[in-house]
Amino acid sequence: MTELLDAHLVVERPGFTLDLPLTAAPGEVVALLGPNGAGKTTALRALAGLLPLHGGHVTIGGRRLDDPDTGRFVAAEKRSIGVVFQDYLLFPHLTALDNVAFGPRCRGVSRQRARADAAGWLDRVGLAEHARRRPRQLSGGQAQRVALARALAVRPDLLLLDEPLAALDARTRLDTRVHLHRHLAEHPGATVLITHDPLDAMVLADRLVIVEQGRVVQSGDAATVTTRPRTDYVARLVGLNLYRGRADGTTVELAGGFRLATAEPQHGEVFVAFRPSAVALYPRQPDGSPRNTWPATIVAVAPSGDNLRIELAGPIPLAADVTPAAAAHLNLTPGARVWAALKATETTTYPA
Amino acid sequence: MPPTSTKTAGAGPVAHLRRGRPRRGSARVPVVLAVPALLGLGFLVLPLAGLLIRTPWSSLPQRLTAPGVLEALRLSLVTATAATLLCLLLGVPLAWLLARTTFPGRRLVRALVTVPLVLPPVVGGVALLLVFGRRGLIGGWLDETFGITLPFTTTGVVLAEAFVAMPFLVIAVEGALRGADARYEEAAATLGAGRWTAFRRVTLPLVAPGIAAGAVLCWARALGEFGATITFAGNFPGRTQTMPLAVYLALEQDLEAAIVLSLVLLVVSVAILASLRDRWITTP
Amino acid sequence: MRGRRWTLSVAVGALLLATAGCGGGDDDPRPGADGSPGAVTGSVTVLAAASLTESFTRIGADFEAANPGVTVTFSFAGSSQLAQQITAGAPADVFAAASPATMKTVTDAGDNAAEPQVFVSNQLVIAVAKGDPKGITGLADLTKPDTKVALCAEQVPCGAAAKTALDAAGSALTPVTLEQDVKQALSKVRLGEVDAALVYRTDARAAAADVDGIEFPESAGAVNDYPIVALKQAPNSAGAAAFVAYVLGDKARAVLVEAGFQAP
Repeated sequence: MTELLDAHLVVERPGFTLDLPLTAAPGEVVALLGPNGAGKTTALRALAGLLPLHGGHVTIGGRRLDDPDTGRFVAAEKRSIGVVFQDYLLFPHLTALDNVAFGPRCRGVSRQRARADAAGWLDRVGLAEHARRRPRQLSGGQAQRVALARALAVRPDLLLLDEPLAALDARTRLDTRVHLHRHLAEHPGATVLITHDPLDAMVLADRLVIVEQGRVVQSGDAATVTTRPRTDYVARLVGLNLYRGRADGTTVELAGGFRLATAEPQHGEVFVAFRPSAVALYPRQPDGSPRNTWPATIVAVAPSGDNLRIELAGPIPLAADVTPAAAAHLNLTPGARVWAALKATETTTYPA
Repeated sequence: MPPTSTKTAGAGPVAHLRRGRPRRGSARVPVVLAVPALLGLGFLVLPLAGLLIRTPWSSLPQRLTAPGVLEALRLSLVTATAATLLCLLLGVPLAWLLARTTFPGRRLVRALVTVPLVLPPVVGGVALLLVFGRRGLIGGWLDETFGITLPFTTTGVVLAEAFVAMPFLVIAVEGALRGADARYEEAAATLGAGRWTAFRRVTLPLVAPGIAAGAVLCWARALGEFGATITFAGNFPGRTQTMPLAVYLALEQDLEAAIVLSLVLLVVSVAILASLRDRWITTP
Repeated sequence: MRGRRWTLSVAVGALLLATAGCGGGDDDPRPGADGSPGAVTGSVTVLAAASLTESFTRIGADFEAANPGVTVTFSFAGSSQLAQQITAGAPADVFAAASPATMKTVTDAGDNAAEPQVFVSNQLVIAVAKGDPKGITGLADLTKPDTKVALCAEQVPCGAAAKTALDAAGSALTPVTLEQDVKQALSKVRLGEVDAALVYRTDARAAAADVDGIEFPESAGAVNDYPIVALKQAPNSAGAAAFVAYVLGDKARAVLVEAGFQAP
């Protein structure tokens, strides 16, 4: 088995049971994506050894660390892991240097060598001149990098990151994401990263695992998952309109009998997805090339980047993107009745 | 608000603009709080002032150098410090047990730990005699096997003081531990620290101010202990006669001698307590 | 408004009437010698040396029986502590001390209503655990190694007497503790914490169930005379005088002698 991490995480939670098979190869970055309460943090804590499994197993590097069937449980301090917590948890009474040196020192390295090693790591994350600072004197971005250096300093087989960029403001997040991508690429072990930001997942991860209600609902590389979502959650996350129906050639019948004309012929249960920017709105029924037109009522209007996202109700609920000028011109306000038009060529259809 | 035209004597050109605006400064204390606070302060400080006023200043030098005085002071300071060290040694792990572990009967244990607080000290002394006395449960065995007796010894004084002062330490440290974030210990575990290493290198430094505050309370209580000491350890100059005992005995014979002894104890205690820096005993 | 003020004045008036009766001893009592019946009323507060605990409690009960309408309250402690309380203004009627020296503190301060009178005297014995397990027979045995002895502090009459006796015997005794009053010293023997204590004969007799009292000849040279006096600041001066007279009378003396005191 070439997998460095081989796990099947089964944990009883109030409300649902987490049942998550998870593997990762050396150097691979796997992102766990999912709504709040899906069980992602539980999975991370189980991998770290902070939470025992109720079923399944955790194996890292061929070494079984948690196996409820045989009763084997290796505590966190004995596992080859490194964790970057959501709020970093840098030890307040130690300098950045001593924080990073903490792990190696626990493993028996002398203070001098550990500090030299730590200085090297801080240099790699670009914080060499902040080595003597205390955590409360560091900015959010700096603290995040120290936390990363601290986790990497123990040279873990498995690196775990819990929402590593969540606590940062948008500007810092951009820079830090780039840095993080570089360090994760250099890390020889496996990495499991929890995030709710699809951009983080797409930039940092090789593979995405979507978790909802404790179960894997979709798994694959970033490109596939984000263009062919299989759940509402992902669709909403990446900003796509997603529907499930029965295809017969290039016609798909959705729930409620509504028919969509699509581009790729398919047969059987399918997903249909299209971008909000693919939807055009008209004051009257248009007569043109779009195969799909239907009457709809505007429910809400919200800003989305430089444009406006219009939530529509009708035979199918959907979101449409228009420019502010167009919205003003057409007087698009909640309650207004419009006609929506969708080109079949703008749709993606794939088997469910 | 338009400026009024009436002038008060000596008012400057802008004084009439200031009138009528409420002044809000950080020094302003509501009267409802200030009055009881001052009364409370007076209640605590006036008896001490009374001591100072009635001190026989003229005969102070020779009274201070009287044989028993320095001896009792030395004994008090030594035993209070030893008692505090004993409380730290036993109390910090106990506080950790109460704060960080769960076991059946934990609430009962916590209640028992605070019993010396409500027990009259003399009763504590009697209880200590029943256990550590010459015919006590443990004391008897100590006497037979090792020839060790605890009553009427300086060690006995340390034990009596530790008994009454330990609850202060345990409660303060337990509170500090509960307030400390247990997740730091988790972070330490993920970095490879076992429970003892995590306690030593992460938890202890984080709760050090709380421990220090508890130790100060403990020391102050031990210094002032009277009832348990005199009942368990008895009264003998140089060996078991601490300052509180000396004061009590002096009171029967010579009020002025008692005042001098009280003054000495007061000055030493205030000096030590006032020299403690705020940042040593408050969490950042 | 009128109604409220009226209620207030009624309340204040009632309070005044109630407190007026709390002084005690307002009635004019006729002191009777030897506790003749119907002589005194009110309450009498007596501060007495610890060694008088058992005997005075009995005497108090007898006095109350002889004088219905009187309640006697006792406070037993070391004589020096009681003297201190009196000179600080404690509201007591009678003071019975275990030595002339402690009584002198009170008379020097002028707190006595009349001349103190000696009513009994007391001698020291060596109190040991019942059965005398260590085989102590006299003062010389107290200085044996491994023998723990409790004494009263010198300020207390019992301690002063012990010192006199020990000095006279030329003893090099070092006690393990100097107790506040004689009952404390005795309790150390009863608890088994010390092997012996120098206490009064009366104390050893009162605790005869737990201790044995060993006579020693040197005690004759350190006899304590017990004076008693009514106090000047007594709230119930007639009651005070009556009690003092009763204690000096025959009935009380019988009780005291039975307890082990010596007639003066």
